[in-house]
Amino acid sequence: MSRVMGLTGDEAIAYAAKQSNVDVVAAYPITPQTIIVEAFSEYVHNGEVDTEFVCVESEHSAMSACIGSSLTGARVFTASSSQGLALMHEMLYIASGLRCPIVMGVVNRALSAPINIHGDHSDMMGSRDCGWIQIYGENAQEAYDWTLQAFRIAEDSDVLLPVTVNIDGFILSHSLEGVEVLEDGDTAGFLSTRKPVLTIDPGKPITVGALCLTDYYFETKRQQAEALKETPRVMNRVSREYESLTGRRYGFVETYGLEDAQAAILCLGSTAGTAKAVAKNLRSHGKKVGVIKPWLYRPFPAEDIVKVVENLEALAVLDRACSFGAVYSALGSDVASALYLNGKRLNVFNVVYGLGGRDIAPFDIEAIFKEALEVAATGLVREPLEFVGVRE
Amino acid sequence: MSKEAKPGWKSIPIAGILLEPGSAMKYKTGDWRAFKPIVDQKKCTNCLLCWIYCPDAAIIRLEKFVDVDYDYCKGCGVCANECPVEAITMVEEKR
Amino acid sequence: MVTLKELTTEELFTSGHRLCAGCGAGTVARMTLKALRGPTVAVNATGCLEVSSTIYPFTSWKIPWVHVAFENAAAVASGIESAYKALAKRNAWDKHVDVIAFAGDGGTFDIGIQALSGALERGHDFLYICYDNEAYMNTGIQRSGATPHGAATTTSPAGTKIPGKPEFKKDFIGICAAHGIEFAATASPAYWNDYITKVRRGLEVEGPAVIHVYSPCPLGMRHDSEKSIELARLAVQTRYWPVYEVEKGKYKLNIKVPKPKPVVDYLKPQGRFRHLFTPQFQRELDVIQHWVDENWKRIAALCGEA
Repeated sequence: MSRVMGLTGDEAIAYAAKQSNVDVVAAYPITPQTIIVEAFSEYVHNGEVDTEFVCVESEHSAMSACIGSSLTGARVFTASSSQGLALMHEMLYIASGLRCPIVMGVVNRALSAPINIHGDHSDMMGSRDCGWIQIYGENAQEAYDWTLQAFRIAEDSDVLLPVTVNIDGFILSHSLEGVEVLEDGDTAGFLSTRKPVLTIDPGKPITVGALCLTDYYFETKRQQAEALKETPRVMNRVSREYESLTGRRYGFVETYGLEDAQAAILCLGSTAGTAKAVAKNLRSHGKKVGVIKPWLYRPFPAEDIVKVVENLEALAVLDRACSFGAVYSALGSDVASALYLNGKRLNVFNVVYGLGGRDIAPFDIEAIFKEALEVAATGLVREPLEFVGVRE
Repeated sequence: MSKEAKPGWKSIPIAGILLEPGSAMKYKTGDWRAFKPIVDQKKCTNCLLCWIYCPDAAIIRLEKFVDVDYDYCKGCGVCANECPVEAITMVEEKR
Repeated sequence: MVTLKELTTEELFTSGHRLCAGCGAGTVARMTLKALRGPTVAVNATGCLEVSSTIYPFTSWKIPWVHVAFENAAAVASGIESAYKALAKRNAWDKHVDVIAFAGDGGTFDIGIQALSGALERGHDFLYICYDNEAYMNTGIQRSGATPHGAATTTSPAGTKIPGKPEFKKDFIGICAAHGIEFAATASPAYWNDYITKVRRGLEVEGPAVIHVYSPCPLGMRHDSEKSIELARLAVQTRYWPVYEVEKGKYKLNIKVPKPKPVVDYLKPQGRFRHLFTPQFQRELDVIQHWVDENWKRIAALCGEA
């Protein structure tokens, strides 16, 4: 059974964490993640959860404490953004290296300098190689749904990797939506208590975090890569189960209008919502456009992307982060690699937009669709990477 | 030197975790020594100060006196220096 | 207080580690694990003890042991302690587990002070042991906030213009005591009974406890390896290293030193102070003696001693 609650993106994540019966939350506040931490604090202080809530003194200590807790066998949750995520950067690699199934809500916010508190993807993209599973939500509903699924995915013995659930700062974190939430009894069935593998147990003393020199380090990294390869299979299983519980089917990539699209926009997060609305309007005027929205960013769903772009003639990949000095930005690079791998001769151009929370309005999206259609018609890409929405 | 092939990524536990407590005992540090402590067991009063001070747990506690575990003793000389009755002498090790 | 014969012969920190011959940290680790009272988990910050005792696939530890990073032993310990509390709440765990965090002065005084301060303020139930060899020894003897005035390190070398470290050692236990914790103490491995008793005491305290233990380093302090414990004793007998405890803000001197040896007796055997025994820099010896005297006076006054 379910009911609809008015929740912001942050509140939705906090609510999902609450329903997941997390054992330990160690977190430090940073705009625009603060509501997650504050909402959770209320649950704790009102006795609605039994969680050990550790108000750590920095994000670096947040992830450190989370790792300690996770290794002890606890179900662990935290959240951060921007500078906080950057501060815990070294710990992200350690969390995945030590195979801790931590779930973290990341409220994507621009990285300094200059300091900016608004939404873009530079924070998570700056840490995309950390070995965590990375999922992006388009709205508060997806934020809720993915957070619940994330614990199941992370804690699966074939995965044992930490997961970030990303939502756009302010756009999603602070916008109120009607979110269909499960009853506590149903979440308890979907998410039973964690069954940890290899914990620090005085009855079975193990050593965690040994010095692995040139003769052993590589093998542990290979194991991590393998776990990421196994992840899609586990995610499929979890999502199928989640669908039977909620009626909502998740996968790796969502598409809109691709049955007959000539040109499409590919992007992560809330911008996909705007793109779908614009595409719907353009399609009603006969324009053959579509939208591709990956939910899963790491491991990158290359096979799915290649499949869905089968009949396209032009693709605009929108990045809400700039990979300075690179040919394409983060998402652009991944898409281009996937296409190259599969020998696709598809014309792609990369658009960097929305940095520092710069709004991307329907008319911006419309202009991008028009450009993509032009590329489809002429077969020529004007600029491999362009900036949309910046004042010249 | 052992020419045994080291295990691959499929066979070692994940995350570089070591399952066997105290496996360092397989690594004999005794060949680090340049000087070897010799215990005069007749002088030894079994006060156990050498035992508690040894960084390498290389002093063996026997019934009435101590002995040295030469598999691990690094020859630091702390035991000899601390012995209150000068029952331990550091002797240059000829190999 | 215990007798040596009463201490367990079980070695939970085994031979076979790669710490230098005569390393104080090896002695400190062994002594610590003689004081355990039940199930115990060790957290270890990056540093000599951690690196040398767990070179894959060898580990000297026979208790559960975790190393995460350099500056966060206290934060990791906080996480472990919280997890056991959480597991106990949902009846997935029923034994009390002691958590000990080991860190060097490197991982404590400087880069680790934030995590420690946070953990102390939050009141987690754990024992933090800082084994102090007075420099970042593991990475090659660089100066730390614990390096004493005048000591030569690779980042505060004995130069022709500046003779070793110009700054003075941080009052670490003062910082810990300022957090209002129940138990904080200094110790020296030369006084094994005092140290082991303090470890047990620290474990028994409900809440955070901190022990700051002197840890001689033959390589970094440049002394004969056999002299490790002797120097740990001289440090105390020259009043350079006062041995005291702070219990709920009340200071108590544990080892009285009525007839202190001059600090040069402690400095002379160490090569890191060798440059001070020259006409050009010997005034620094007076500076050090003065610091020792003032520091002792301060501590003694806090302890209510004359």
